[in-house]
Amino acid sequence: MSIVVNNLTKKFGTQRAVDNISFDVKEGEIVGFLGPNGAGKTTTMKIVTCYIAPSDGNVNVNGYSVLENQDEIKKKIGYLPENNPLYHDMPVLDYLKFVADLQAVSKDKVQSRISEMVHVCGLNVEKHKKIGELSKGFRQRVGLAQAMIHDPEILILDEPTSGLDPNQIVEIRKLIKELGKRKTVILSTHILPEVEATCDRILIINSGKIVADGTSEMLRKGASGQEMVRVQIGEPEKRDEVMASLREIETIGIVDFDKESQNSFIINSKDDRSARKDIFNLCVQKNWVLTEMTPIQTKLEDIFRELTTTN
Amino acid sequence: MHSVWIIAKREFNSFFDSLVSYIFIVVFLGISGFFTWLFGSDIFLIGQATLQPFFSIAYFTLFFFIPALTMRMLAEEKRSGTLELLLTKAVSDWEVVLGKFFACLVLILIALALTLPYYITVAIIGPVDHGAVWCGYLGMILMSMTYIAIGLFASSITNNQIVAFLLALFIGVFFLIIFNVLSSNFTGTTGQVLSFLSMSSHFDSISRGVIDSRDLLYFLSITFLGLMLAETSLSKRNIVE
Repeated sequence: MSIVVNNLTKKFGTQRAVDNISFDVKEGEIVGFLGPNGAGKTTTMKIVTCYIAPSDGNVNVNGYSVLENQDEIKKKIGYLPENNPLYHDMPVLDYLKFVADLQAVSKDKVQSRISEMVHVCGLNVEKHKKIGELSKGFRQRVGLAQAMIHDPEILILDEPTSGLDPNQIVEIRKLIKELGKRKTVILSTHILPEVEATCDRILIINSGKIVADGTSEMLRKGASGQEMVRVQIGEPEKRDEVMASLREIETIGIVDFDKESQNSFIINSKDDRSARKDIFNLCVQKNWVLTEMTPIQTKLEDIFRELTTTN
Repeated sequence: MHSVWIIAKREFNSFFDSLVSYIFIVVFLGISGFFTWLFGSDIFLIGQATLQPFFSIAYFTLFFFIPALTMRMLAEEKRSGTLELLLTKAVSDWEVVLGKFFACLVLILIALALTLPYYITVAIIGPVDHGAVWCGYLGMILMSMTYIAIGLFASSITNNQIVAFLLALFIGVFFLIIFNVLSSNFTGTTGQVLSFLSMSSHFDSISRGVIDSRDLLYFLSITFLGLMLAETSLSKRNIVE
């Protein structure tokens, strides 16, 4: 089950919520949609799930177009919309039965699917309660259960972990990761560690445009061309001398004192060069004790901020 | 068609889960029973074995009650976002609209069925024109279908239940009274058209026991128009400019 998005545009009045984006999601991939509020994540998802029509462009889900074969696509997709809307006056089990019937789950399988979903989503204790009486976390699980009840090949989850407590977040992530082995998943979020923890691939979207596409490692590499290391040398009294010597090394671009520790330095090497060997050699030559040398990873937060605030 | 039935069933159950259906049935039976048997130009005042007093009071009570039943149906789903969830399942917009239409119709049918004891009582008291009574019930059903369709349309264009209720009443009052009043002020074709649009002339002839294809056509076409407009306003979101 692959999803191919081609030059998709959605206009609301004069505003372009989604602006000519193209990407494809391969079978079995978990793709994270990342972006600030109002970037176009939800709109894109609504188009893929056939809720709203695109102004221009097309989406193909396993060869079916959202413009023509909506019925085919709807059967294959499980969707958890933003804010998880549910019928609050219905008991959990009745609701799952209702959704299973609507999604044309065959009669003999309905009961086993419902009990499987209740088990997988941890709803057993609450299954006889009305949805309106459940806590937010359990409602979220009901939302996930209804999305997966017909065993869809594609799952589209709009902020699946919003409103959950940390333990539940970990559980839901685990669940998504587990599901992602067999299914194609697109999830949107603005929580960065979440995408890192669950997704194979990240799409960063800003003002309707895709600004980055790749695994988290690829994004990191792309964002920081320079190597960055934290170095600690065990000679606190010779702080300035060490600093001066480091500055003379050819491969080093910028050296700074680390604010946290007396004798630590933050070292940026020059573009595409590594200074680590030279630093080591310097210490050997001067007979200084090198107590720490740690590469500093660019945080996803920084990449995100850089990509989404430039314009 | 299977989805229509599933949606109708859920919708119908939700009437009974909340107090809506019980209140509707009790108040409908209360008001219509009161005016049929106890007060105003009731059966004993007329002194005839006829259900005409019941039909003329139900004619007004249904006008008020049906918008109260339909106002929630699409407006509330739009407001809470459940409509998005429903329409991204394997159902079409038509199936959603029809499901809700039938759920409401069945509730009305139950309320009308509960008035059958009136009929039986009257039949025991004196000789009843059975044909006229059954035609009267048919007229009630046709009229309810019309108001439900109008109510669904009103509910489909807003996400505020009160607006939906008032709008349905506003549209309904044209068919109930305004076209009738206007038709008496105009002569010629305009008058005829307005008179044809007025619901009372069609309902009266049916409840007297005359089933004319024009009357059937009148009710069914307004019903269809209402449902079609409701469907159109739902599927508006899904049109490629």
